[in-house]
Amino acid sequence: MYEKEIKGKNNTGDNMTKEKYEKVAKKHEVKIPKTKNAIIAFLSGGVIGLLGEGIIELLCLFTHISRNSASSIMIVIIIFIASLGTALGFFDKLVTKFKCGLLIPITGFAHSMTSAAIDYKNEGPIYGIGANIFKLAGSVILYGIVAAWIFGMIRYLLGGNI
Amino acid sequence: MLLLNSFIFCGIVCMIAQIILDNTKLTPGHITSSFVVLGAFLDSFSLYDKIIKIVGGGALLPITSFGHSLIHGALAKANEYGIIGILMGMFDLTATGITAAIIFSFIFTLVFKSQN
Repeated sequence: MYEKEIKGKNNTGDNMTKEKYEKVAKKHEVKIPKTKNAIIAFLSGGVIGLLGEGIIELLCLFTHISRNSASSIMIVIIIFIASLGTALGFFDKLVTKFKCGLLIPITGFAHSMTSAAIDYKNEGPIYGIGANIFKLAGSVILYGIVAAWIFGMIRYLLGGNI
Repeated sequence: MLLLNSFIFCGIVCMIAQIILDNTKLTPGHITSSFVVLGAFLDSFSLYDKIIKIVGGGALLPITSFGHSLIHGALAKANEYGIIGILMGMFDLTATGITAAIIFSFIFTLVFKSQN
């Protein structure tokens, strides 16, 4: 009965067509400063990369470990900083400011895990933290593994050695 | 020189992601997932290894390196144990990052409260 009424006439009173709606929506759309965002992402991402290489070189300089173990320690340090920053709350503000500059490096991975775990902490250790810690990072792991398996099988069956 | 290369490479990857984010309706989740797939794809031709040699630490940080480490560990084990090695070695190289992320986020979740 209600459906008929709605179909029969426009019960809101105005006759907004689709084109008209799009026009109005476009007028009020928030314009994204694309060039500025791209430059900010470049600079902030670059600083993270610079920090990573810098930590590796400092570790190699002051301790006698191989470059491989230095890279692992560097990744652990970066993840530690990102996790702690998210838990303390200031990393969220940095992410809204720098966006992809912090989301694409491994900092984004650590940030998504910590923020999901902290947000669902109230729901308990199993259905809260345990079930939600991989909420956002899970897709990265899932598609990474599926893709690596498919490409790995192809590469292996073609007889390639790495 | 590696420092400059790291800055440029990591910056460019982030910039590409930001440009995709601003110009399409994809969310950061879509972008990180597809970047991981891209990294795995690049390493199936050993391209990412060459990038790491030129760039150094800057190439290990973007999420593309996650895909690269997955397939790299898998193929390294496959050389040793045959086709089952692909499953055995999948997490070999990424174990550091994933384990560290899990442990740190768990500890910090127990210690700190939500800010919102």
